[in-house]
Amino acid sequence: MGFLNEFVKGIWRENPTFRIVLGICPTLAISTTVINGVGMGLAATFVLLGSNIIISLIRNVIPDKIRIPAFIVVISTFVTIVDLFMAAYAPDLHKALGIFIPLIVVNCIILGRAEAFASKSSVWISMADALGMGAGFALALTLISAIRELLGSGTLLGVHILPATYSPAVIMVLPPGAFLTIGVLLGLFNYLSRRRAG
Amino acid sequence: MEKLLVIIFGVILINNFVLARFLGLCPFLGVSREFKSSLSMGAAVIFVMTLASTCTWFIHRYLLIPYRVEFLQTIVFILVIAALVQFVEMVIQRVSPLLQKALGIYLPLITTNCAVLGVCLLNIKEDYSLLETIVHGAGAGVGFTIAILIMSGIRERLVLGRVPSSMQGFPISFIIACVMALSFFGFQGFFTR
Repeated sequence: MGFLNEFVKGIWRENPTFRIVLGICPTLAISTTVINGVGMGLAATFVLLGSNIIISLIRNVIPDKIRIPAFIVVISTFVTIVDLFMAAYAPDLHKALGIFIPLIVVNCIILGRAEAFASKSSVWISMADALGMGAGFALALTLISAIRELLGSGTLLGVHILPATYSPAVIMVLPPGAFLTIGVLLGLFNYLSRRRAG
Repeated sequence: MEKLLVIIFGVILINNFVLARFLGLCPFLGVSREFKSSLSMGAAVIFVMTLASTCTWFIHRYLLIPYRVEFLQTIVFILVIAALVQFVEMVIQRVSPLLQKALGIYLPLITTNCAVLGVCLLNIKEDYSLLETIVHGAGAGVGFTIAILIMSGIRERLVLGRVPSSMQGFPISFIIACVMALSFFGFQGFFTR
């Protein structure tokens, strides 16, 4: 159970988006451009790291019965920090992500890690877990938003990649395209992991 | 009156919480296996959304604004919603065992439903009056219920179909949601003549 092991686990084996299918709402809502996807991934990783550290530190102090409300207070404190920080230093991104920044509070990944991991583990290992899960979430967001941006507007990070003759499939940046992308990707991941298992 | 109608139709059909705004996807995918449980979930969501919208509106108006602590919005709202759900659960347990049986296990799940916190935040963002807030909250719940009922109807039929093994469960549900979102997309431009 080393640091590296806990870190790597979140990226592939227990990837929150593709393997456990958690935190789907923000994933689909903001993955219209890669910038939004990366921004959301970083914000969620920061909240995960902060809340995992604090919850792991105070895990022996919190009475068992009120642990969930206590976790929520810790998490929403970090969300408020991110919210105000983004409003000050990245106003465009803050506007694009809209209500999905405060909604990080109810992202099941974060409360899930607090309950399943940080409340039972030491600080050091909880940090590895948070960074791994955050990285897994951010990578998944980047992948989905890259597919949608490329097919939906023919660009990546705002730079035109596909030739001008390509007419963008606008549907991909609209809500139905989000459902289609994640449905096909989940099916693909299932297929790959099944083939690997033999 | 006209504005209220615009809010109702807007939130149910055009900006449907599940299919256009991506709020409340967890229960939408998790509880939509059977028609009956979907109906209970929908009822619970309508109830809590209306109540939470009203409560948070009052708190924002008469506590957060006068004391100039609007930045505490996120923390306060989520705690209010969690407390509210707990309270409603206790009241229902006392008053109506029948309702308790129908909504029972769905109520606690609603606390972490992002649609409830989402609707409260949107009310404040759109600067709705009290009446508009109540209508918006209830309408959002109705929109959620319609979406989850359609979904469960399709999934009950899907049991009879042959789905490739890799696509079973979540993947095929997302594809269904894609088709539903496409058809709801037809409502765009409902109000622009």
